[in-house]
Amino acid sequence: MLYLNHVSKTFNGGTINEKRALTDVSLHLNPGDFVTVIGGNGAGKSTLLNLIAGVFPCDEGAVTIDGADITRQPEYQRAKLLGRVFQDPMMGTAADMGIEENLAMAFRRGKKRTLRWGISKEEREEYVERLKSLDLGLENRLSSKVGLLSGGQRQALTLLMATLQKPKLLLLDEHTAALDPKTARKVLELTDEIVSRDQLTTLMITHNMKDAIRMGNRLIMMHEGNIIYDVSGEEKSNLHVKDLLEKFEQASGGEFANDRMMLA
Amino acid sequence: MQMLSAIGGAMWGAVAQGILWGIMALGVYITFKVLDFADLTVDGSFATGGAVSAILISLKVDPFLTLLVSLAAGMLTGIITGLLHTKFKIPAILAGILTQIALYSINIRIMGDKPNIPLLGSTTIFSQLQKVFPGLSYDTITILLGLALSAVIIAALYWFFGTEIGCCIRATGNNEYMVRALGGNTNSMKVLGLMLSNGLVALSGALVAQQQGYALVDMGTGAIVIGLASVIIGEVVFGKRFNFAYCLASVVIGSVLYRVVIAIVLQLGMKATDQKMITAILVALALALPVIRKWLFPNGKKKQPASRAAQ
Repeated sequence: MLYLNHVSKTFNGGTINEKRALTDVSLHLNPGDFVTVIGGNGAGKSTLLNLIAGVFPCDEGAVTIDGADITRQPEYQRAKLLGRVFQDPMMGTAADMGIEENLAMAFRRGKKRTLRWGISKEEREEYVERLKSLDLGLENRLSSKVGLLSGGQRQALTLLMATLQKPKLLLLDEHTAALDPKTARKVLELTDEIVSRDQLTTLMITHNMKDAIRMGNRLIMMHEGNIIYDVSGEEKSNLHVKDLLEKFEQASGGEFANDRMMLA
Repeated sequence: MQMLSAIGGAMWGAVAQGILWGIMALGVYITFKVLDFADLTVDGSFATGGAVSAILISLKVDPFLTLLVSLAAGMLTGIITGLLHTKFKIPAILAGILTQIALYSINIRIMGDKPNIPLLGSTTIFSQLQKVFPGLSYDTITILLGLALSAVIIAALYWFFGTEIGCCIRATGNNEYMVRALGGNTNSMKVLGLMLSNGLVALSGALVAQQQGYALVDMGTGAIVIGLASVIIGEVVFGKRFNFAYCLASVVIGSVLYRVVIAIVLQLGMKATDQKMITAILVALALALPVIRKWLFPNGKKKQPASRAAQ
Protein backbone atom coordinates (compact mmCIF):
# COMPACT_ATOMS: atom_id res chain seq x y z
CA MET A 1 0.00 0.00 0.00
CA LEU A 2 2.21 2.86 1.25
CA TYR A 3 5.95 2.44 0.89
CA LEU A 4 8.48 4.93 2.24
CA ASN A 5 11.93 3.93 1.04
CA HIS A 6 14.87 5.44 2.92
CA VAL A 7 13.33 8.88 3.10
CA SER A 8 15.31 11.81 4.50
CA LYS A 9 14.47 15.45 4.98
CA THR A 10 16.61 18.35 6.22
CA PHE A 11 15.26 21.86 6.69
CA ASN A 12 17.45 24.94 6.11
CA GLY A 13 20.31 22.74 4.92
CA GLY A 14 23.72 24.42 4.98
CA THR A 15 22.63 27.22 7.33
CA ILE A 16 23.02 27.73 11.02
CA ASN A 17 19.38 26.68 11.43
CA GLU A 18 19.93 23.31 9.79
CA LYS A 19 17.47 20.80 11.17
CA ARG A 20 17.52 17.16 10.24
CA ALA A 21 13.85 16.27 10.50
CA LEU A 22 13.83 12.75 9.07
CA THR A 23 16.79 10.40 8.80
CA ASP A 24 16.57 7.44 6.47
CA VAL A 25 13.03 6.46 7.39
CA SER A 26 11.47 3.38 5.82
CA LEU A 27 7.89 2.40 6.45
CA HIS A 28 5.46 -0.01 4.85
CA LEU A 29 1.72 0.06 5.44
CA ASN A 30 -0.57 -2.82 4.50
CA PRO A 31 -4.01 -2.09 3.09
CA GLY A 32 -6.38 -1.46 5.97
CA ASP A 33 -3.64 -0.69 8.48
CA PHE A 34 -4.61 1.90 11.08
CA VAL A 35 -1.31 3.15 12.44
CA THR A 36 -1.00 5.54 15.37
CA VAL A 37 2.17 7.66 15.52
CA ILE A 38 3.60 9.04 18.77
CA GLY A 39 6.78 10.86 19.67
CA GLY A 40 8.02 14.05 21.32
CA ASN A 41 8.28 17.51 19.84
CA GLY A 42 10.58 17.62 16.85
CA ALA A 43 10.52 13.85 16.46
CA GLY A 44 9.51 14.21 12.82
CA LYS A 45 5.90 13.03 13.01
CA SER A 46 4.37 15.96 11.19
CA THR A 47 7.28 16.08 8.76
CA LEU A 48 6.55 12.45 7.91
CA LEU A 49 2.90 13.19 7.17
CA ASN A 50 3.64 16.39 5.24
CA LEU A 51 6.23 14.56 3.19
CA ILE A 52 3.72 11.89 2.24
CA ALA A 53 1.20 14.64 1.41
CA GLY A 54 3.77 16.49 -0.70
CA VAL A 55 3.73 19.76 1.23
CA PHE A 56 7.49 19.69 0.57
CA PRO A 57 9.61 17.23 -1.42
CA CYS A 58 11.91 14.75 0.31
CA ASP A 59 15.69 15.14 -0.09
CA GLU A 60 16.32 11.43 -0.58
CA GLY A 61 14.25 8.29 -0.89
CA ALA A 62 10.95 7.51 -2.54
CA VAL A 63 7.25 7.52 -1.67
CA THR A 64 4.98 4.99 -3.32
CA ILE A 65 1.26 4.50 -2.88
CA ASP A 66 -0.44 1.48 -4.44
CA GLY A 67 2.49 0.98 -6.79
CA ALA A 68 2.47 4.58 -8.04
CA ASP A 69 5.66 6.53 -7.36
CA ILE A 70 4.50 9.95 -6.12
CA THR A 71 7.89 11.18 -4.89
CA ARG A 72 7.99 14.04 -7.41
CA GLN A 73 4.28 14.78 -7.63
CA PRO A 74 3.11 18.18 -6.40
CA GLU A 75 0.76 18.33 -3.43
CA TYR A 76 -2.42 18.98 -5.41
CA GLN A 77 -1.85 15.97 -7.68
CA ARG A 78 -1.28 13.53 -4.84
CA ALA A 79 -4.42 14.83 -3.18
CA LYS A 80 -6.49 12.41 -5.23
CA LEU A 81 -4.98 9.56 -3.19
CA LEU A 82 -5.04 11.24 0.20
CA GLY A 83 -7.54 12.40 2.77
CA ARG A 84 -6.10 14.86 5.28
CA VAL A 85 -7.18 16.39 8.58
CA PHE A 86 -4.92 18.96 10.23
CA GLN A 87 -4.27 19.94 13.81
CA ASP A 88 -5.61 23.45 13.28
CA PRO A 89 -9.40 23.33 12.75
CA MET A 90 -9.06 26.46 10.58
CA MET A 91 -6.84 24.71 8.05
CA GLY A 92 -9.17 22.04 6.75
CA THR A 93 -12.12 24.19 5.73
CA ALA A 94 -12.86 27.48 3.97
CA ALA A 95 -14.39 29.78 6.59
CA ASP A 96 -16.21 32.16 4.25
CA MET A 97 -17.87 29.41 2.25
CA GLY A 98 -20.96 27.43 3.15
CA ILE A 99 -20.94 23.92 4.61
CA GLU A 100 -22.29 22.48 1.37
CA GLU A 101 -19.74 24.44 -0.70
CA ASN A 102 -16.93 23.00 1.41
CA LEU A 103 -18.31 19.51 0.95
CA ALA A 104 -18.66 20.10 -2.78
CA MET A 105 -14.98 21.08 -2.94
CA ALA A 106 -14.09 17.85 -1.14
CA PHE A 107 -16.43 15.82 -3.35
CA ARG A 108 -14.33 16.90 -6.34
CA ARG A 109 -11.00 15.84 -4.84
CA GLY A 110 -9.11 13.98 -7.52
CA LYS A 111 -11.59 14.92 -10.23
CA LYS A 112 -11.17 17.46 -12.98
CA ARG A 113 -12.84 20.73 -12.16
CA THR A 114 -14.87 22.12 -15.05
CA LEU A 115 -17.41 24.83 -15.78
CA ARG A 116 -20.24 22.65 -14.55
CA TRP A 117 -22.22 24.11 -11.67
CA GLY A 118 -20.36 23.78 -8.34
CA ILE A 119 -23.03 21.71 -6.51
CA SER A 120 -25.64 19.40 -7.97
CA LYS A 121 -28.99 18.53 -6.43
CA GLU A 122 -28.15 14.84 -5.96
CA GLU A 123 -24.94 15.61 -4.10
CA ARG A 124 -26.80 17.95 -1.79
CA GLU A 125 -29.03 15.06 -0.74
CA GLU A 126 -26.00 12.89 -0.14
CA TYR A 127 -24.40 15.63 1.99
CA VAL A 128 -27.51 15.78 4.17
CA GLU A 129 -27.27 12.03 4.80
CA ARG A 130 -23.55 12.20 5.57
CA LEU A 131 -23.97 15.20 7.87
CA LYS A 132 -26.73 13.40 9.75
CA SER A 133 -24.23 10.66 10.60
CA LEU A 134 -22.12 13.29 12.40
CA ASP A 135 -25.07 13.93 14.71
CA LEU A 136 -24.19 17.60 15.12
CA GLY A 137 -27.28 19.07 13.49
CA LEU A 138 -25.24 20.41 10.59
CA GLU A 139 -27.63 18.84 8.07
CA ASN A 140 -30.05 21.71 8.73
CA ARG A 141 -27.42 24.38 8.11
CA LEU A 142 -26.15 23.46 4.65
CA SER A 143 -25.64 27.04 3.53
CA SER A 144 -24.24 28.39 6.82
CA LYS A 145 -20.70 29.65 6.55
CA VAL A 146 -18.19 27.27 8.08
CA GLY A 147 -16.64 30.18 9.98
CA LEU A 148 -19.72 30.12 12.21
CA LEU A 149 -19.00 26.58 13.43
CA SER A 150 -17.06 25.63 16.55
CA GLY A 151 -13.61 24.06 16.32
CA GLY A 152 -15.01 20.61 17.03
CA GLN A 153 -17.72 20.96 14.40
CA ARG A 154 -15.12 22.13 11.88
CA GLN A 155 -12.87 19.16 12.64
CA ALA A 156 -15.78 16.74 12.29
CA LEU A 157 -16.67 18.38 8.99
CA THR A 158 -13.05 18.21 7.82
CA LEU A 159 -12.98 14.51 8.66
CA LEU A 160 -16.14 14.02 6.65
CA MET A 161 -14.61 16.01 3.77
CA ALA A 162 -11.39 14.00 3.87
CA THR A 163 -13.32 10.75 3.53
CA LEU A 164 -16.15 11.90 1.24
CA GLN A 165 -14.22 10.48 -1.68
CA LYS A 166 -12.70 7.33 -0.24
CA PRO A 167 -8.97 8.06 0.04
CA LYS A 168 -6.25 5.44 -0.48
CA LEU A 169 -4.61 6.78 2.66
CA LEU A 170 -6.03 8.93 5.44
CA LEU A 171 -3.55 11.27 7.16
CA LEU A 172 -4.58 12.64 10.55
CA ASP A 173 -2.13 15.14 12.04
CA GLU A 174 -3.09 15.45 15.71
CA HIS A 175 -6.55 16.32 14.57
CA THR A 176 -8.00 16.44 18.08
CA ALA A 177 -5.16 18.30 19.81
CA ALA A 178 -6.85 21.70 19.58
CA LEU A 179 -10.20 20.48 20.92
CA ASP A 180 -11.56 20.24 24.45
CA PRO A 181 -11.47 16.68 25.89
CA LYS A 182 -15.16 15.95 25.33
CA THR A 183 -15.17 17.16 21.75
CA ALA A 184 -11.87 15.39 21.13
CA ARG A 185 -13.43 12.11 22.26
CA LYS A 186 -16.40 12.63 19.99
CA VAL A 187 -14.16 13.32 16.97
CA LEU A 188 -12.04 10.26 17.78
CA GLU A 189 -15.15 8.06 17.96
CA LEU A 190 -16.18 9.44 14.60
CA THR A 191 -12.70 8.69 13.26
CA ASP A 192 -12.91 5.10 14.42
CA GLU A 193 -16.37 4.75 12.95
CA ILE A 194 -15.46 6.10 9.52
CA VAL A 195 -12.12 4.27 9.31
CA SER A 196 -13.62 0.90 10.15
CA ARG A 197 -16.71 1.44 7.98
CA ASP A 198 -14.66 2.32 4.89
CA GLN A 199 -11.69 0.05 5.76
CA LEU A 200 -9.36 3.03 5.35
CA THR A 201 -5.61 2.76 5.56
CA THR A 202 -4.78 5.42 8.13
CA LEU A 203 -1.82 7.22 9.70
CA MET A 204 -2.81 9.12 12.84
CA ILE A 205 -0.46 11.29 14.87
CA THR A 206 -1.50 11.77 18.47
CA HIS A 207 -0.03 13.08 21.69
CA ASN A 208 -2.34 10.96 23.75
CA MET A 209 -0.68 7.60 24.48
CA LYS A 210 -3.90 5.98 25.64
CA ASP A 211 -5.54 6.82 22.33
CA ALA A 212 -2.45 5.60 20.52
CA ILE A 213 -2.74 2.22 22.23
CA ARG A 214 -6.51 1.98 22.13
CA MET A 215 -6.98 2.90 18.48
CA GLY A 216 -5.70 1.18 15.38
CA ASN A 217 -3.86 -2.10 14.83
CA ARG A 218 -0.31 -0.77 14.83
CA LEU A 219 1.72 1.83 16.67
CA ILE A 220 4.99 3.52 15.79
CA MET A 221 7.10 5.74 17.98
CA MET A 222 9.40 8.34 16.50
CA HIS A 223 12.39 10.08 17.97
CA GLU A 224 14.78 12.57 16.37
CA GLY A 225 13.77 11.71 12.85
CA ASN A 226 13.75 7.96 13.23
CA ILE A 227 11.15 5.29 13.84
CA ILE A 228 12.40 3.74 17.08
CA TYR A 229 9.53 1.42 17.91
CA ASP A 230 6.99 -0.39 15.75
CA VAL A 231 4.41 -2.77 17.25
CA SER A 232 1.25 -4.30 15.91
CA GLY A 233 -1.37 -6.93 16.62
CA GLU A 234 -1.55 -8.56 20.01
CA GLU A 235 1.71 -7.05 21.22
CA LYS A 236 0.23 -3.63 20.65
CA SER A 237 -3.09 -4.32 22.33
CA ASN A 238 -1.23 -5.56 25.40
CA LEU A 239 0.76 -2.34 25.68
CA HIS A 240 0.37 0.04 28.58
CA VAL A 241 1.23 3.72 28.80
CA LYS A 242 3.96 2.69 31.23
CA ASP A 243 5.65 0.57 28.55
CA LEU A 244 5.61 3.42 26.08
CA LEU A 245 7.08 5.80 28.63
CA GLU A 246 9.90 3.36 29.32
CA LYS A 247 10.59 2.99 25.62
CA PHE A 248 10.60 6.69 25.24
CA GLU A 249 12.93 7.27 28.15
CA GLN A 250 15.33 4.70 26.84
CA ALA A 251 15.48 6.46 23.52
CA SER A 252 15.67 10.02 24.75
CA GLY A 253 17.95 9.40 27.70
CA GLY A 254 15.61 10.79 30.34
CA GLU A 255 14.70 14.05 28.65
CA PHE A 256 11.13 13.27 29.31
CA ALA A 257 10.34 16.07 31.72
CA ASN A 258 10.18 18.81 29.06
CA ASP A 259 8.04 16.88 26.67
CA ARG A 260 4.39 17.71 26.20
CA MET A 261 3.16 14.15 25.73
CA MET A 262 -0.07 13.75 27.55
CA LEU A 263 -0.21 11.05 30.17
CA ALA A 264 -3.92 11.25 30.76
CA MET B 1 -31.47 78.00 -10.77
CA GLN B 2 -28.68 77.94 -13.28
CA MET B 3 -26.29 76.82 -10.58
CA LEU B 4 -28.60 74.01 -9.52
CA SER B 5 -28.84 72.69 -13.05
CA ALA B 6 -25.05 72.90 -13.33
CA ILE B 7 -24.74 70.81 -10.17
CA GLY B 8 -27.36 68.40 -11.48
CA GLY B 9 -25.43 68.05 -14.73
CA ALA B 10 -22.20 67.44 -12.84
CA MET B 11 -23.89 64.74 -10.78
CA TRP B 12 -25.29 63.03 -13.86
CA GLY B 13 -21.81 63.08 -15.37
CA ALA B 14 -20.40 61.69 -12.12
CA VAL B 15 -22.90 58.82 -12.22
CA ALA B 16 -21.88 58.08 -15.81
CA GLN B 17 -18.20 58.02 -14.87
CA GLY B 18 -18.94 55.93 -11.81
CA ILE B 19 -20.65 53.18 -13.78
CA LEU B 20 -17.82 52.85 -16.33
CA TRP B 21 -15.20 52.83 -13.56
CA GLY B 22 -17.43 50.39 -11.69
CA ILE B 23 -16.40 47.69 -14.15
CA MET B 24 -12.80 48.34 -13.08
CA ALA B 25 -13.93 48.09 -9.46
CA LEU B 26 -15.46 44.68 -10.21
CA GLY B 27 -12.02 43.57 -11.35
CA VAL B 28 -10.48 44.89 -8.15
CA TYR B 29 -13.17 43.06 -6.16
CA ILE B 30 -12.12 39.76 -7.75
CA THR B 31 -8.49 40.08 -6.71
CA PHE B 32 -8.86 42.01 -3.48
CA LYS B 33 -11.93 40.31 -2.00
CA VAL B 34 -12.37 36.96 -3.75
CA LEU B 35 -8.73 35.99 -4.24
CA ASP B 36 -7.34 37.98 -1.28
CA PHE B 37 -4.54 39.23 -3.52
CA ALA B 38 -3.51 42.92 -3.41
CA ASP B 39 -2.96 43.34 -7.15
CA LEU B 40 -1.33 46.61 -8.19
CA THR B 41 -1.24 45.66 -11.88
CA VAL B 42 -4.53 47.55 -12.13
CA ASP B 43 -3.00 51.02 -12.60
CA GLY B 44 -1.13 49.72 -15.64
CA SER B 45 -3.75 47.44 -17.13
CA PHE B 46 -6.43 50.13 -16.97
CA ALA B 47 -4.27 52.36 -19.19
CA THR B 48 -3.45 49.36 -21.38
CA GLY B 49 -7.16 48.93 -22.04
CA GLY B 50 -7.50 52.59 -22.97
CA ALA B 51 -4.36 52.57 -25.11
CA VAL B 52 -5.30 49.46 -27.07
CA SER B 53 -8.83 50.66 -27.74
CA ALA B 54 -7.70 54.18 -28.72
CA ILE B 55 -4.96 53.10 -31.11
CA LEU B 56 -7.28 50.62 -32.81
CA ILE B 57 -10.05 53.19 -33.13
CA SER B 58 -7.61 55.64 -34.69
CA LEU B 59 -6.84 52.83 -37.16
CA LYS B 60 -10.58 52.70 -37.95
CA VAL B 61 -11.27 49.37 -36.26
CA ASP B 62 -14.85 48.82 -35.13
CA PRO B 63 -15.08 50.39 -31.64
CA PHE B 64 -16.96 47.44 -30.13
CA LEU B 65 -14.32 45.04 -31.42
CA THR B 66 -11.61 47.17 -29.78
CA LEU B 67 -13.29 46.54 -26.42
CA LEU B 68 -12.77 42.81 -26.87
CA VAL B 69 -9.12 43.30 -27.83
CA SER B 70 -8.63 45.47 -24.74
CA LEU B 71 -10.21 42.75 -22.62
CA ALA B 72 -7.75 40.23 -24.02
CA ALA B 73 -4.78 42.59 -23.54
CA GLY B 74 -5.81 43.12 -19.91
CA MET B 75 -6.03 39.37 -19.36
CA LEU B 76 -2.49 39.05 -20.66
CA THR B 77 -1.21 41.59 -18.10
CA GLY B 78 -2.95 39.59 -15.36
CA ILE B 79 -1.26 36.42 -16.54
CA ILE B 80 2.15 38.11 -16.32
CA THR B 81 1.60 39.22 -12.73
CA GLY B 82 0.21 35.78 -11.93
CA LEU B 83 3.23 33.96 -13.32
CA LEU B 84 5.66 36.31 -11.56
CA HIS B 85 3.91 35.50 -8.32
CA THR B 86 3.23 31.78 -8.67
CA LYS B 87 6.19 30.56 -10.75
CA PHE B 88 8.89 32.85 -9.39
CA LYS B 89 7.51 33.29 -5.87
CA ILE B 90 7.64 37.10 -6.07
CA PRO B 91 5.42 38.62 -3.35
CA ALA B 92 1.99 39.62 -4.64
CA ILE B 93 2.36 43.38 -4.21
CA LEU B 94 5.79 43.47 -5.81
CA ALA B 95 4.71 41.27 -8.72
CA GLY B 96 1.87 43.71 -9.42
CA ILE B 97 4.14 46.75 -9.17
CA LEU B 98 6.67 45.20 -11.57
CA THR B 99 4.02 44.54 -14.20
CA GLN B 100 2.52 47.97 -13.64
CA ILE B 101 5.81 49.81 -14.12
CA ALA B 102 6.64 47.78 -17.23
CA LEU B 103 3.20 48.52 -18.63
CA TYR B 104 3.91 52.25 -18.49
CA SER B 105 6.56 51.80 -21.20
CA ILE B 106 4.52 49.22 -23.06
CA ASN B 107 1.45 51.44 -23.11
CA ILE B 108 3.44 54.28 -24.70
CA ARG B 109 4.66 51.81 -27.33
CA ILE B 110 1.09 50.66 -27.92
CA MET B 111 0.04 54.25 -28.47
CA GLY B 112 2.70 54.66 -31.17
CA ASP B 113 5.36 56.25 -28.96
CA LYS B 114 3.01 58.96 -27.76
CA PRO B 115 1.74 59.60 -24.23
CA ASN B 116 -1.81 60.24 -25.44
CA ILE B 117 -4.23 59.62 -28.30
CA PRO B 118 -7.11 62.01 -28.89
CA LEU B 119 -10.28 60.44 -30.28
CA LEU B 120 -12.05 63.69 -31.21
CA GLY B 121 -14.18 63.06 -34.28
CA SER B 122 -13.46 59.34 -34.29
CA THR B 123 -16.23 56.78 -34.10
CA THR B 124 -16.66 55.36 -30.59
CA ILE B 125 -19.47 53.15 -29.32
CA PHE B 126 -20.82 56.23 -27.55
CA SER B 127 -20.90 58.34 -30.74
CA GLN B 128 -22.50 55.42 -32.56
CA LEU B 129 -25.20 55.12 -29.92
CA GLN B 130 -25.79 58.86 -29.96
CA LYS B 131 -26.61 58.59 -33.65
CA VAL B 132 -29.17 55.87 -32.87
CA PHE B 133 -30.72 57.80 -29.95
CA PRO B 134 -30.28 61.48 -30.85
CA GLY B 135 -32.74 62.54 -28.13
CA LEU B 136 -30.56 61.32 -25.26
CA SER B 137 -27.69 63.24 -23.71
CA TYR B 138 -24.14 61.88 -23.88
CA ASP B 139 -24.14 61.14 -20.16
CA THR B 140 -27.48 59.33 -20.34
CA ILE B 141 -26.19 57.15 -23.16
CA THR B 142 -23.09 56.40 -21.10
CA ILE B 143 -25.21 55.45 -18.10
CA LEU B 144 -27.52 53.18 -20.12
CA LEU B 145 -24.65 51.40 -21.88
CA GLY B 146 -22.70 51.16 -18.61
CA LEU B 147 -25.69 49.68 -16.81
CA ALA B 148 -26.31 47.13 -19.55
CA LEU B 149 -22.65 46.08 -19.62
CA SER B 150 -22.43 45.91 -15.82
CA ALA B 151 -25.53 43.74 -15.68
CA VAL B 152 -24.12 41.34 -18.26
CA ILE B 153 -20.74 41.21 -16.49
CA ILE B 154 -22.29 40.70 -13.04
CA ALA B 155 -24.47 37.89 -14.40
CA ALA B 156 -21.45 36.26 -16.06
CA LEU B 157 -19.34 36.56 -12.89
CA TYR B 158 -22.19 35.20 -10.78
CA TRP B 159 -22.39 32.18 -13.04
CA PHE B 160 -18.62 31.68 -13.26
CA PHE B 161 -17.98 31.83 -9.52
CA GLY B 162 -20.73 29.27 -9.03
CA THR B 163 -19.03 26.71 -11.28
CA GLU B 164 -16.55 24.13 -10.07
CA ILE B 165 -13.58 26.22 -11.22
CA GLY B 166 -15.11 29.41 -9.83
CA CYS B 167 -15.70 27.75 -6.45
CA CYS B 168 -12.09 26.63 -6.49
CA ILE B 169 -10.91 30.23 -7.05
CA ARG B 170 -13.07 31.46 -4.18
CA ALA B 171 -11.77 28.70 -1.92
CA THR B 172 -8.18 29.59 -2.92
CA GLY B 173 -8.75 33.13 -1.66
CA ASN B 174 -10.15 31.66 1.53
CA ASN B 175 -7.80 28.81 2.42
CA GLU B 176 -5.03 27.75 0.05
CA TYR B 177 -3.99 24.81 2.22
CA MET B 178 -7.42 23.29 2.01
CA VAL B 179 -7.63 23.72 -1.74
CA ARG B 180 -4.32 21.94 -2.31
CA ALA B 181 -5.31 19.18 0.11
CA LEU B 182 -8.47 18.76 -1.94
CA GLY B 183 -6.58 18.54 -5.22
CA GLY B 184 -6.96 22.11 -6.45
CA ASN B 185 -4.05 23.76 -8.24
CA THR B 186 -3.88 27.03 -6.33
CA ASN B 187 -1.32 28.52 -8.71
CA SER B 188 -3.59 28.08 -11.73
CA MET B 189 -6.51 29.48 -9.75
CA LYS B 190 -4.56 32.62 -8.87
CA VAL B 191 -3.45 33.17 -12.46
CA LEU B 192 -7.02 32.64 -13.65
CA GLY B 193 -8.38 35.11 -11.11
CA LEU B 194 -5.79 37.75 -12.00
CA MET B 195 -6.49 37.21 -15.68
CA LEU B 196 -10.22 37.73 -15.23
CA SER B 197 -9.71 40.73 -12.98
CA ASN B 198 -7.29 42.60 -15.23
CA GLY B 199 -9.41 41.77 -18.28
CA LEU B 200 -12.30 43.66 -16.68
CA VAL B 201 -10.00 46.48 -15.60
CA ALA B 202 -8.73 46.93 -19.17
CA LEU B 203 -12.28 46.76 -20.54
CA SER B 204 -13.21 49.55 -18.17
CA GLY B 205 -10.15 51.54 -19.30
CA ALA B 206 -11.20 51.12 -22.93
CA LEU B 207 -14.74 52.33 -22.17
CA VAL B 208 -13.46 55.34 -20.21
CA ALA B 209 -11.06 56.29 -23.03
CA GLN B 210 -13.85 56.08 -25.61
CA GLN B 211 -16.26 57.99 -23.41
CA GLN B 212 -13.91 60.86 -22.56
CA GLY B 213 -12.54 60.97 -26.09
CA TYR B 214 -8.86 60.32 -25.42
CA ALA B 215 -6.44 57.81 -23.95
CA LEU B 216 -3.65 58.93 -21.64
CA VAL B 217 -0.68 56.89 -20.51
CA ASP B 218 -1.32 57.87 -16.89
CA MET B 219 -5.11 57.52 -16.99
CA GLY B 220 -4.81 54.52 -14.65
CA THR B 221 -2.74 56.25 -11.98
CA GLY B 222 -4.44 55.62 -8.66
CA ALA B 223 -6.99 53.28 -10.21
CA ILE B 224 -6.31 50.59 -7.61
CA VAL B 225 -7.16 53.02 -4.79
CA ILE B 226 -10.31 54.16 -6.59
CA GLY B 227 -11.24 50.50 -7.04
CA LEU B 228 -10.69 49.82 -3.36
CA ALA B 229 -12.69 52.91 -2.46
CA SER B 230 -15.59 51.61 -4.56
CA VAL B 231 -15.42 48.13 -3.05
CA ILE B 232 -15.26 49.48 0.49
CA ILE B 233 -17.94 52.15 0.01
CA GLY B 234 -20.23 49.50 -1.45
CA GLU B 235 -19.55 47.24 1.51
CA VAL B 236 -20.05 49.97 4.11
CA VAL B 237 -23.31 51.15 2.54
CA PHE B 238 -24.84 47.81 1.65
CA GLY B 239 -23.25 45.47 4.19
CA LYS B 240 -21.70 42.07 3.62
CA ARG B 241 -24.48 39.84 2.43
CA PHE B 242 -24.14 36.24 1.43
CA ASN B 243 -25.53 36.61 -2.07
CA PHE B 244 -22.64 37.05 -4.48
CA ALA B 245 -24.59 38.95 -7.16
CA TYR B 246 -25.69 41.42 -4.48
CA CYS B 247 -22.05 41.99 -3.48
CA LEU B 248 -21.02 42.58 -7.09
CA ALA B 249 -23.83 45.05 -7.66
CA SER B 250 -22.87 46.92 -4.50
CA VAL B 251 -19.35 47.35 -5.90
CA VAL B 252 -20.66 49.16 -8.99
CA ILE B 253 -22.97 51.28 -6.86
CA GLY B 254 -20.01 51.98 -4.57
CA SER B 255 -18.12 53.26 -7.60
CA VAL B 256 -21.00 55.58 -8.50
CA LEU B 257 -21.24 56.87 -4.92
CA TYR B 258 -17.50 57.51 -4.93
CA ARG B 259 -17.81 59.68 -8.05
CA VAL B 260 -20.78 61.54 -6.62
CA VAL B 261 -18.91 62.27 -3.39
CA ILE B 262 -15.92 63.53 -5.38
CA ALA B 263 -18.20 65.67 -7.56
CA ILE B 264 -19.83 67.21 -4.49
CA VAL B 265 -16.46 67.97 -2.92
CA LEU B 266 -15.29 69.58 -6.16
CA GLN B 267 -18.49 71.64 -6.34
CA LEU B 268 -17.71 72.87 -2.84
CA GLY B 269 -14.60 74.50 -4.27
CA MET B 270 -11.78 71.98 -4.00
CA LYS B 271 -9.41 71.70 -6.92
CA ALA B 272 -9.56 68.81 -9.39
CA THR B 273 -6.00 67.94 -8.40
CA ASP B 274 -7.19 67.39 -4.82
CA GLN B 275 -9.15 64.36 -5.98
CA LYS B 276 -6.40 61.87 -5.19
CA MET B 277 -5.96 63.20 -1.65
CA ILE B 278 -9.70 63.08 -1.05
CA THR B 279 -9.74 59.51 -2.34
CA ALA B 280 -6.93 58.49 -0.02
CA ILE B 281 -8.69 60.05 2.98
CA LEU B 282 -11.95 58.37 1.98
CA VAL B 283 -10.36 54.92 1.73
CA ALA B 284 -8.36 55.39 4.95
CA LEU B 285 -11.53 56.47 6.76
CA ALA B 286 -13.53 53.53 5.46
CA LEU B 287 -10.80 51.07 6.41
CA ALA B 288 -10.41 52.65 9.83
CA LEU B 289 -14.15 52.58 10.47
CA PRO B 290 -14.22 49.29 12.43
CA VAL B 291 -11.47 50.53 14.77
CA ILE B 292 -13.07 53.95 15.21
CA ARG B 293 -16.40 52.26 15.93
CA LYS B 294 -14.71 50.26 18.67
CA TRP B 295 -13.29 53.43 20.22
CA LEU B 296 -16.67 55.11 20.21
CA PHE B 297 -18.67 52.08 21.38
CA PRO B 298 -16.29 49.86 23.36
CA ASN B 299 -19.22 47.75 24.57
CA GLY B 300 -21.20 48.06 21.36
CA LYS B 301 -23.35 45.25 20.11
CA LYS B 302 -21.56 42.32 18.58
CA LYS B 303 -21.65 41.63 14.89
CA GLN B 304 -24.26 39.27 13.53
CA PRO B 305 -22.04 36.24 12.84
CA ALA B 306 -20.59 36.17 16.35
CA SER B 307 -23.99 36.15 18.00
CA ARG B 308 -25.23 33.42 15.68
CA ALA B 309 -22.15 31.31 16.36
CA ALA B 310 -22.84 31.54 20.08
CA GLN B 311 -26.16 29.78 19.74
